[in-house]
Amino acid sequence: MTSEVMERNLGLARECLLAPAGLAESDLDRVFGQLMGPGVDASDLYFQQRRHESWVLEDGIIKDGSRNLDQGVGVRAMSGEQTGFAYSDEIVMPALLEASRAARAIARSGDSGRLQAWQAASGRSLYEPVNPLETFTSDEKVELLRSVDAEARRQDPRVEQVIVNLSGVHDVVLVAGSDGRLAADVRPLVRLNVSVIAADGERRESGMAGGGGRTGYAVFTERDQALGYAREAVRLALLKLDAVEAPAGTMPVVLGPGWPGVLLHEAVGHGLEGDFNRKGTSAFAGRRGERVASPLCTVVDDGTMPGRRGSLNVDDEGNPTGYNVLIERGILKGYMQDSLNARLMGEAPTGNGRRESYAHLPMPRMTNTYMLAGPHDPGEIVASVDRGLYAVNFGGGQVDITSGKFVFSASEAYLIENGRVTRPVKGATLIGNGPDVLTRVSMVGNDLALDGGIGTCGKDGQSVPVGVGQPTLKVDALTVGGTQT
Amino acid sequence: MSSERDCNRGLPSVAELKTLVERALETARQRGASAAEVAANASQGLSVKVRQGEVDTLEHMRDRGLAVSVYFGQRKGEASSADYSAGAIDETVAAACEIARYTSEDPCSGLADAGLLARDVPDLGLHHPWGVSAEAAIELARETERAALDVDSRLTNSEGAEVSAGEGVRVYGNSHGFIGGYPASQHAISCAVLGREGDAMQRDFWYTAARAPEWLESAAEVGRQAGRRTVARLGARRLSTRQVPVIFDPSTARGLIGHFVGAISGGSLYRRASFLVDHLDRQVFPAGFSISERPHLPGALGSTPFDGEGVATRDRELVVDGVLRGYVLSSYSARKLGMETTGNAGGVHNLCVAPGEKDLDELVADVGEGLLVTQLMGQGVNTVTGDYSRGASGFWIENGRIAYPVEEITIAGNLKEMLRHITAVGRDVDTRGSIRTGSLVVEGMTVAGE
Repeated sequence: MTSEVMERNLGLARECLLAPAGLAESDLDRVFGQLMGPGVDASDLYFQQRRHESWVLEDGIIKDGSRNLDQGVGVRAMSGEQTGFAYSDEIVMPALLEASRAARAIARSGDSGRLQAWQAASGRSLYEPVNPLETFTSDEKVELLRSVDAEARRQDPRVEQVIVNLSGVHDVVLVAGSDGRLAADVRPLVRLNVSVIAADGERRESGMAGGGGRTGYAVFTERDQALGYAREAVRLALLKLDAVEAPAGTMPVVLGPGWPGVLLHEAVGHGLEGDFNRKGTSAFAGRRGERVASPLCTVVDDGTMPGRRGSLNVDDEGNPTGYNVLIERGILKGYMQDSLNARLMGEAPTGNGRRESYAHLPMPRMTNTYMLAGPHDPGEIVASVDRGLYAVNFGGGQVDITSGKFVFSASEAYLIENGRVTRPVKGATLIGNGPDVLTRVSMVGNDLALDGGIGTCGKDGQSVPVGVGQPTLKVDALTVGGTQT
Repeated sequence: MSSERDCNRGLPSVAELKTLVERALETARQRGASAAEVAANASQGLSVKVRQGEVDTLEHMRDRGLAVSVYFGQRKGEASSADYSAGAIDETVAAACEIARYTSEDPCSGLADAGLLARDVPDLGLHHPWGVSAEAAIELARETERAALDVDSRLTNSEGAEVSAGEGVRVYGNSHGFIGGYPASQHAISCAVLGREGDAMQRDFWYTAARAPEWLESAAEVGRQAGRRTVARLGARRLSTRQVPVIFDPSTARGLIGHFVGAISGGSLYRRASFLVDHLDRQVFPAGFSISERPHLPGALGSTPFDGEGVATRDRELVVDGVLRGYVLSSYSARKLGMETTGNAGGVHNLCVAPGEKDLDELVADVGEGLLVTQLMGQGVNTVTGDYSRGASGFWIENGRIAYPVEEITIAGNLKEMLRHITAVGRDVDTRGSIRTGSLVVEGMTVAGE
């Protein structure tokens, strides 16, 4: 934890969010004076300014470009299990006072919490406070898109369509809590996506690839990273042109390293978020200390990885992010918490309080969720399967946290026949039961990898950027939703 | 600092937003844009959630947005902001103009053709503010949750009941001289409860949504539905892998029609990224199956007098007797295809699948043996090829009746085949969205399970 970094970020955030309205800490005292009425035991303000840009190349031309500016302040008052919330897209004193009146209406009687003296919180230094939008000139952005388009088209004459999307976000946040906590973060985020359509006679297929992280645009030109996405998208589309029907039924499944970690996000991640466990609505509720996975499995949620899409210096409640062990050698160790759920469960916050924007309430959310490497050689894992599926790329997934049932959709998969990877198969959804799928993990590879930085997680209508990862692993029985019976 | 009396701001009027839009259009003209279009939206609302009888959250919503597109010849730039101040409008227009210096000439870009724009803005009866107080909303939510939990003693927990009331104003204008706007409201009551049987828990939910509070289902009815649906799922089993007919209930059927809409949307078609490329005037559904668009249904959730480009919406037929007669196009995608816009910039407006004669029970009886799907999971739909594979839960049908709940299975097929094999439409139409359909029966899907 570096206090200099927090002081620097606080300085940047004050200048960007408070200074234009002439607000200072003493004005915040006045807002909290109104917010912390009878019955309110904690409250916070979340100031945010978010600049976003997007550039789209299609049909070989720069077709669209857009810029968006959104700023505002969210005001939250908590009383026991109750939360009052209001927000304003104007950061000015009258709007702050109006929002505090609305938020504090949740409680009418009882002791009021006291506002503590302001103190800078501690935070991490996982990325530079750059504005990605300014790291390239417009000409350089356009040139980047064109080079990616050319690289994709150069791969194969069957490439019919190429769409390249470049986006950047500069997000400045400042959190002030009634416990005196004052925290700020300056969060860059970039992403580049390539989507291609390839055609062979009547048959058409799409392929997608991309990546990004909390940095400037230069990440895409260093080591020709973005050209690699172009080649990957084309490879996937061409591969799918040759794919046969996917099998239907329950069989051994070998999942490749990296992005297939979406398995962990859906199967166990959501079910271990504190709110669902406090309310007893998760299939994992009350199971801490129990075996929920094979002893080969250790799963962590780690918001502290430098530059990663899911990483944060502080979470959206001003708590430092953490390296949180969720499952250790198969035993359920802990939940991911925001401050409300941590307080109500008598636990410490874990730095997982996140929100989509100032206009949304924070909730326990994942950051970068992955499984640690195991002892097995990936080749040996595939060789151990007689007949099954080898799935290495996925689209999204979804989980019903109450029944524990989850799905994730393979976009690149192959049959395994007699220990060898053979034909590519069409996309298929895989379905399983979160609380027992990891108990069926019989081999874990030594090849841990994280995804490339394109994941977005949705919960209660709120989207936040996340990361996933895992080594190659074998699930002895998982249901594959193909058509071939 | 301004006086604190100024802060009790309500929703802006249509006239106020028109002034902003006109100011932005004028700014664009002054900055040299050859054409421009501006959309302004403002909304406000209240949402309360009650869980186990106690208030969980009380939220006040208030959102604004201004989206500007400018054209310099055939080059386009876009920018948006939530700030309505004169300085911010100027900055937003400037940002859009700056972007347009770097985008390419695109022969298909530009405003909708002037002749297609709405000439008048009929009152479609979309604005019915609720004005419910937080206290009254909390009491309704309590009543909803109580009715749910009272359904059965196995209902042991709750995610809560939510009541929301909202209204907004939308104005769109462009440099052809079109400017139009209207207020609209939307309210909802929803509830999700949990049941337990042995070690297994199930959750299900129900909701009602409408433009006027008096058109909502009653709180007690929403609660009872949520409770009944959760209880019905207790004791769910898996199925073995097999080929079966599948009934999609109205809410999952809406998703299926949504995939069809995705495949006949301009963006998918001009990219040739759809399994329905070049299918106009071809048989896509079975004979007797029809889909129409009715954008002017009074008070309906999908109603609108003009689309996202100011183009007048009108009644039309998309599918007649199973034959595809119309696409879903904006001006841009229409030009790419050498066609005329269908007034669907921003989506479809009350797409209505012609209902059949039978209710769900009768469809179940007709199917005899098969699967009734009530929930789908995941994104396993490939619009390019039509390949379809999704997680499902619902009920196994035996001897023409619901036999038991099922879960942890997938259903798979190809959308092109699935649409052609819709053998029946129910009369149980769900009106809670822009796509209105009853249950759909699809022959010959693959279920994967144990």
